[in-house]
Amino acid sequence: MKRLQLSDHLVLIGGVIFMVAPVMIAIMTSTHDAITIYKSGLQFLPGGQMLENYETVLFRAGGFTKEVNGLVMMKNSLILGLGFAIGKIVISMLAAYAIVYFRFPMATLCFWVIFCTLLLPLEVRILPSYEIVQSLGMTNTYSGLIVPLIASATGTFFFRQFFMSVPDELLEAARIDGAGPWKFFFDILVPLSKTMIAAIFIIMFVYGWNQYLWPTLITTDEALFTLVRGIKQIMQVWVGAQIPALNEAMALAILAMLPPVIVVVIFQSWFIKGLVESDK
Amino acid sequence: MATITLDQVRKVYGGVVEAVKGVSVDIADGEFIVLVGPSGCGKSTLLRMIAGLEDITTGEIKIGDRVVNNVDPADRDIAMVFQNYALYPHMSVYNNLAYGLKNRGMAKDEIDRRVKEAARILEIGDYLDRKPRALSGGQRQRVAMGRAIVREPAAFLFDEPLSNLDAKLRVQMRVEIKRLQRSLGTTSVYVTHDQLEAMTLADRLIVLNGGNIEQIGAPIDVYDKPASTFVAGFIGSPAMNLLPVKAVDGGLGLETGSGLSVPNLHGQDKCLLGVRPEHLEVVDQLPNGPHAQVTVNVLEPVGAESYLYASFENGGPEIVIRVSSHAVHKPGEKLFLGIKPENLHFFESQSGKRIGD
Repeated sequence: MKRLQLSDHLVLIGGVIFMVAPVMIAIMTSTHDAITIYKSGLQFLPGGQMLENYETVLFRAGGFTKEVNGLVMMKNSLILGLGFAIGKIVISMLAAYAIVYFRFPMATLCFWVIFCTLLLPLEVRILPSYEIVQSLGMTNTYSGLIVPLIASATGTFFFRQFFMSVPDELLEAARIDGAGPWKFFFDILVPLSKTMIAAIFIIMFVYGWNQYLWPTLITTDEALFTLVRGIKQIMQVWVGAQIPALNEAMALAILAMLPPVIVVVIFQSWFIKGLVESDK
Repeated sequence: MATITLDQVRKVYGGVVEAVKGVSVDIADGEFIVLVGPSGCGKSTLLRMIAGLEDITTGEIKIGDRVVNNVDPADRDIAMVFQNYALYPHMSVYNNLAYGLKNRGMAKDEIDRRVKEAARILEIGDYLDRKPRALSGGQRQRVAMGRAIVREPAAFLFDEPLSNLDAKLRVQMRVEIKRLQRSLGTTSVYVTHDQLEAMTLADRLIVLNGGNIEQIGAPIDVYDKPASTFVAGFIGSPAMNLLPVKAVDGGLGLETGSGLSVPNLHGQDKCLLGVRPEHLEVVDQLPNGPHAQVTVNVLEPVGAESYLYASFENGGPEIVIRVSSHAVHKPGEKLFLGIKPENLHFFESQSGKRIGD
């Protein structure tokens, strides 16, 4: 029994190392100067350049126009991630509400049409999407970045399944209590969906934060660059004839990782609480 | 408080399935009406039509003097208690009670007064701050009733409110609902499939079958004079014995053979004879009056009394006899049964309708 436990722990520790080591290496590497990294590769021990490196990527204006620094890019990424996640939640909740609670012709068909768009990822429709955004003059704007992406078949599907599991009697009790469609939605359904919202927020925020292709296409103005693009930018612009600024790229990558980690950590506790306490 | 009037109320689903087939009934102010019937008889549909949760296909429903066919549930001045309680899970007990009043735009202190009053009546004052999930089934049931009481409605509608409780609590809550309804004097319509609940609660019973009213009446009248074989079989436990009989020399005998002799009170050639288990009396000798001769199959003691399952010599349906709990009868034992003529019920063979009064 003891031996079994020991081997269990070994397996778990192995898993942890496997998952965490790349992140640790990135953190360690980001604390050295570029020359060390260029000469002796990735670093496993902390170096002395940490503050300098992070200060550089956060505050030194870089890029072609020298207008954008790490903070600005982080702000852009946050706007994209939050707008993406919140927009998707609002739109898909309303869509699911309509599909589940209102009888309109071909409701089921509508749902399946929405569901089928799951089969068409962004990459498939990227040219027509770009064409529309461009003809509306929305390139190089936040709304151009966010709005075309917030329709979510996944979110609609999850909320639909959740709403269908809410007992009908709750709706009937609310109707007798004088709650109209909006009141029922805001007073009953939204509070009940809290855990569902948290789960979808996690997924969608990370998904939005990590978008690369769409922001690359829509934003040419460096002031709108996101962190994920910025990492690439460092490698391109700052290299030149000099040594690649791998230390700064690593630092930016670590910074780019932080907000999604924070979101997951915060919402995970809600998420698990919701799973443990059955509310319905 | 108000009367409720149903006039030829029908419900047709999808133009095909007729769930309620023209029900008319006048419910008096303060009356406790129980709709009872097997599942699928239309009792819940009828209640939901009164509540306004289902459209009325044809006919008219009046609460007080107002026709409510096209009135929203919230504006009908009714309150409903659901089988699964339908409490708002994310709200405290207090807010569950107050929600409907808030939506009505009632003043805060009036809401508070009413909620406290309902909590006092139902003895749920100690857990007004709790969420429903922290309550037991019985407490949730009380909260659901509280939500109805605070509305001070013209009518209470109960949709099988006790079905989710265990047997002991059910009896306790049954008594409580009756006491509460008596003291509040609010017109109530109560749906159940449990004939015992129906008997104990109702001022008047409405027995429904296949969307039709089989019988309306005080519980004891329905019990004493069931209008049809359906009512006879549904009200009373164990159910009334129903035996196909035909005219023989000097009265009526079993269609399948001998073993039964009762007077032919209504001059029928063929009919169904009904006798309740408690009206069959085990006697020592073959009596002169109506009687039966059976063989014991099983003795089923339930504590306060026992039920004998017995059959006639030449087949025919098995009958149930209520005997005292201390009676000792072995399977295979032959018994003589005496029946008083006034305890005999006669029904038409085809339609199942009661013959005579």
